Amino acid sequence: MASSPTADATSLPPRLERPFMTLQLAPPRHASGKRAAPRRRMTRFDIKGMPYLLVSPYFLLFAVFGIFPLVYTLWLSLHDAELAGERTFSGLANYAELIADAEFWNAVFNTVGMFVLATVPQIILSLMLANALNKRLRGRLLLRLGVLLPMITSVVAVAVIFSQLYSRDYGLFNWVLGLVGIDPIAWQNEKWSSWIAIATMVDWRWTGYNAIILLAAMQTIPKDLYEAAAIDGATARRQFWQITLPMLRPTIVFVVFISTIGGLTLFTEPVTFEGEQMMTGGTTGQYQTVAMFIVEQAFRGSFEIGYASAAAWLLFVLILIGTMVNYFFTRRIGGAR
Amino acid sequence: MMNHKRFAVSGVMVAALAVATAACGGGDPTTPAGAGETTAAAEPVTINVHTFGGGENFGYDAAVEKWNAEHPNIQVKYTNLTDRFEDVYLPQLLQRLQAGSGAGDIVGIDEGAMGLMAARPQFFTDLGEHGLQDRKADFPAAKWEAGVNADGKLFALGTDIGGMTMCYRKDLFEKAGLPTDREEVAKLWPTWDAYMEAGKKFQAANKDAKWMDGPNTIYNVILSQEAPKNGNVSYFDKSNQLVLETNPAVKTSFDWVQKFSQQGLTAKLQAFSPPWNKAIKGGDFATMGCPSWMLGVISGAAGDGNKGNWDVASVPGGTGNWGGSWLAIPKQTKHPKEAAQVLNYLTGKEGHVAAFKEAGAFPSSIPAQQDPEVAGLKNEYFNDVPTGEIFAASVKDLQPVFLGEKHAQVKTSVEKVLEGMDQGAIGYDEAWTKFIEAGVKAAG
Repeated sequence: MASSPTADATSLPPRLERPFMTLQLAPPRHASGKRAAPRRRMTRFDIKGMPYLLVSPYFLLFAVFGIFPLVYTLWLSLHDAELAGERTFSGLANYAELIADAEFWNAVFNTVGMFVLATVPQIILSLMLANALNKRLRGRLLLRLGVLLPMITSVVAVAVIFSQLYSRDYGLFNWVLGLVGIDPIAWQNEKWSSWIAIATMVDWRWTGYNAIILLAAMQTIPKDLYEAAAIDGATARRQFWQITLPMLRPTIVFVVFISTIGGLTLFTEPVTFEGEQMMTGGTTGQYQTVAMFIVEQAFRGSFEIGYASAAAWLLFVLILIGTMVNYFFTRRIGGAR
Repeated sequence: MMNHKRFAVSGVMVAALAVATAACGGGDPTTPAGAGETTAAAEPVTINVHTFGGGENFGYDAAVEKWNAEHPNIQVKYTNLTDRFEDVYLPQLLQRLQAGSGAGDIVGIDEGAMGLMAARPQFFTDLGEHGLQDRKADFPAAKWEAGVNADGKLFALGTDIGGMTMCYRKDLFEKAGLPTDREEVAKLWPTWDAYMEAGKKFQAANKDAKWMDGPNTIYNVILSQEAPKNGNVSYFDKSNQLVLETNPAVKTSFDWVQKFSQQGLTAKLQAFSPPWNKAIKGGDFATMGCPSWMLGVISGAAGDGNKGNWDVASVPGGTGNWGGSWLAIPKQTKHPKEAAQVLNYLTGKEGHVAAFKEAGAFPSSIPAQQDPEVAGLKNEYFNDVPTGEIFAASVKDLQPVFLGEKHAQVKTSVEKVLEGMDQGAIGYDEAWTKFIEAGVKAAG
């Protein structure tokens, strides 16, 4: 309408008047009668709309890179689709086929197995580390920073180095084993050995990170609880079990959630461990994870993107279940309930 | 005629529009949109050639430089995208074909994926429309037929061809008391039985190194020799039915690999893996099947320090072919006519000869094979072995082997089982069953 500020501005002689209008004259002009409305509307937009506008880049990006792939994957999973090939609607056939696919379940078994093998020692270790770092130590800051160091190394770099350490012919671990008379182990060859190798890579990277989070939580526990316990004659060990652990429960739940999501989408470490990138996870899929299975189906070999999409959705369900199970476990930590 | 032309022009405009809308996704804004392809382009047209492969890969540097100097209006940009075909190049190419943009104007395709591409005629330009149908006499039947797609149209022309020889470590042979001269080595193994006997002799004298690398290379060598004896098919018959279990060629090759493995002659390495590369350098095994392109792989992995340690002899069991590539023009190209000219040049005698000199990839083009420059070429790294002569002999009686649409998939899966068997993850008694299972599943 005519009352819009831009229309006003253009009707004035340019250059001279414009700065005046916006800087000084504008307020009194707008103060009178009808003209106040657009300004108020602007302010209302400022308050109501602006925050949404400011946070929108995240949501726009999320829509493009998060929601769209999610929906598209769901749609694809209902089709018999080949990469750059034919696509026909097939309903739930992909899911039915997946549930009967031994290779898929092998990948699920590997993923869950490696998750347990990596996460259990990792949480215990990071608890112990956090507890130690919580003590009065010399150079405490350096030590605390030190446990974070593996975190700032790239996953691929860690995995490449570890894969070389575990190499059959020229690896450090086999050399050490050779010193005590043990024959070289082909680490990639068996489920147990490959799982151990991959679990150590995961733990190397994440133990320190979890320890720092737990340490932060430990420092929020009120000191008087410990003092009271000490007066009652509780040992340091008893204090840990009866005070520290129960008070840490919410943080442990968080750490376990994050580890569950990370563990069930495990990808880079086993792929690098394999060396080539065919995603088969060893000659008989000894360490093929679900994430690798998905990539294998979509982009290696058969190029079945419909089937891979269905597997991706099943992985999503798997993570939901995994997180729920872990929630029920970790809720009981420290003897509560 | 009039109608036809208008249709073509509107097609160009639609294409230009598509480019404009795709521009935000990384399209090339400098391309003159809508610049007619029907008239001689005033501005130079850029033809992107995308290839794959390690080392010198397709070896087109010199050939492209020459073309660009002679054709100011058609400039070729040659890019080797990656050294890995199955797991990087192929999935990427398929995605770009489906997306309708991003693929090169000319793309290299490896033998293993030719069946897959032949089954997708909608993505490729019919080379017959640009007069390349006349090139038939230049190629062996096998190379030509693989470039004809499901619609019966010519979509790709051949570049190199594998041929087959056997590479061996001279220094290790000497240590084991075996002959080192390539003529005498060839006499050592006229057949695979003789090769195995020589291997046992080698193994008895040598504890530090193995006779051969692992299961993959020898399997592919024997399969390439056996397939022509069994109807020129390997995993699929000519109607694209899986014949993995019934083709004697596959079983024979499998059995040989199993025998070598059981005799403890393999270093249990997976081909084209980092430990395999290390072993080539470290001298951990003594022999390996060598198509022409493998020479480049060996010299690259073994490094200058090993110059002269490796040599080339004829292969036991006769002629065969493993590997080799083709060039094709995706339909999404904006300059099919110019791309066809470039493709004609690169797959012509001149391009083949230049590639052989640069990358050691043996020409599939018959005129190029007969060229004195090719026939007389020697490979310095391998003690001046006359590669031109040796490979020409090995491809002389080559038979066209049919590779099905899902050849690459089946190949990858069954070779995994061979590796598992060789390394001990799969028992020898159950390996054949697992081998078939894996192949059937991959053929889907």
